Amino acid sequence: MAQVSMTVNGKTVSGEVEGRTLLAEFLREGLNLTGTHIGCDTSQCGACVVHVNGEAVKSCTMFAMEADGADVGTIEGQANADGSLNVIQQAFQDHHGLQCGFCTPGMVMSAAALLKENPKPSEAEVRTYLEGNICRCTGYHNIVKAIMAASGQDVSAIAAE
Amino acid sequence: MYEFEMTRPTTIADAAKALGDEDAQALGGGQTLIPTLKQRLAMPSALVSLGAIPEMKGVCMSDAGEVCVGGATPHAVVAAEATAYPGLAGLAAHIGDPAVRNRGTVGGSLANNDPSACYPAAALASGATIVTNTREIAADDYFQGMFSTALEDGEIITEVRFPVPEVSHYEKFVQPASRFALVGVMVAKFADGVRVAVTGASEDGVYRWTEAEAALSASFSADALADLAVSGDGMISDLHGSGDYRAHLVKVMTGRAVAKAA
Repeated sequence: MAQVSMTVNGKTVSGEVEGRTLLAEFLREGLNLTGTHIGCDTSQCGACVVHVNGEAVKSCTMFAMEADGADVGTIEGQANADGSLNVIQQAFQDHHGLQCGFCTPGMVMSAAALLKENPKPSEAEVRTYLEGNICRCTGYHNIVKAIMAASGQDVSAIAAE
Repeated sequence: MYEFEMTRPTTIADAAKALGDEDAQALGGGQTLIPTLKQRLAMPSALVSLGAIPEMKGVCMSDAGEVCVGGATPHAVVAAEATAYPGLAGLAAHIGDPAVRNRGTVGGSLANNDPSACYPAAALASGATIVTNTREIAADDYFQGMFSTALEDGEIITEVRFPVPEVSHYEKFVQPASRFALVGVMVAKFADGVRVAVTGASEDGVYRWTEAEAALSASFSADALADLAVSGDGMISDLHGSGDYRAHLVKVMTGRAVAKAA
């Protein structure tokens, strides 16, 4: 076992981990932050996407020890300081960007990473960026619409097919 | 996955020392190795993470005009910073998905030498130099068949030096489930000739399509490939595509890469 410490959603945390403990496992089981979902556990579905030092990563495919000293952001840290939904989360609600909701934490974290590097993405850019996030309900149209809306763009012309 | 000890050295020297232990395994970005460990297809006694070694990260230009990429540099950084070699940056920008590109590294990709990975095509088409902690290896000598390379046990890819072609392009026919190349072709036109490297197709891993290189060196246009035939013998055949289909794609992807080369 080894001791790791990192900043998660602005708070300094630490815990004991094995070498093989995944970052997703440390977040969920060590810190009880179960908003980060483990879907496929094979780094394909993206439900486990979190931010490590500001970059989107699949937390099921990174060891907790590799995040030692890092600044980690999860879905639990996305809401505004007063507890209200942030602009991306609100857009997902407004545009029905989820059905069962299992993929949603990863979708929101990927969307936040996209909008940070590309504040006004085209619809095609949103769809391309989400290639590592899979929605088994196939609710992509409204997810894309929500992200476009969160970027401040008019989505009235995008059909909810 | 099986239990192992994990270490995070901060210098190449310490990493090489840690890898001297029997059954120790280097960990790059982990985007292939971690899924492999989960499937219990590997059982290292120790993992030596190469992710905390500053001297192995970053993109720079050598005095000889090569783009030099640290072995532990993630694909996303190459995509953003290898602007002097647009063909290489473009290849890196389309590996896997954004989250994979933030973790996966050039050294990890080349050390693994997956027969469908993108980076081996870039290294071979560029005539790159694979720099390790002990020596320099020419790309033409480095790739030795599927998942097989010239690396010795415990040897670490510290840097890859890519000569910059006049024009180049990597064209990938994506296998949509894995994001790997069903077939990918890198075409690089240098002053002294054209190099064409094919990934995803051959059972022997990445290779140079020498007939296309000769034809394109004489005339750099997709039309120059018209009379060439690619055999399906020795090509990978699986549920995603037959050997003959991959052979067909080799020629199509090469033609598209030439047409888009910039």
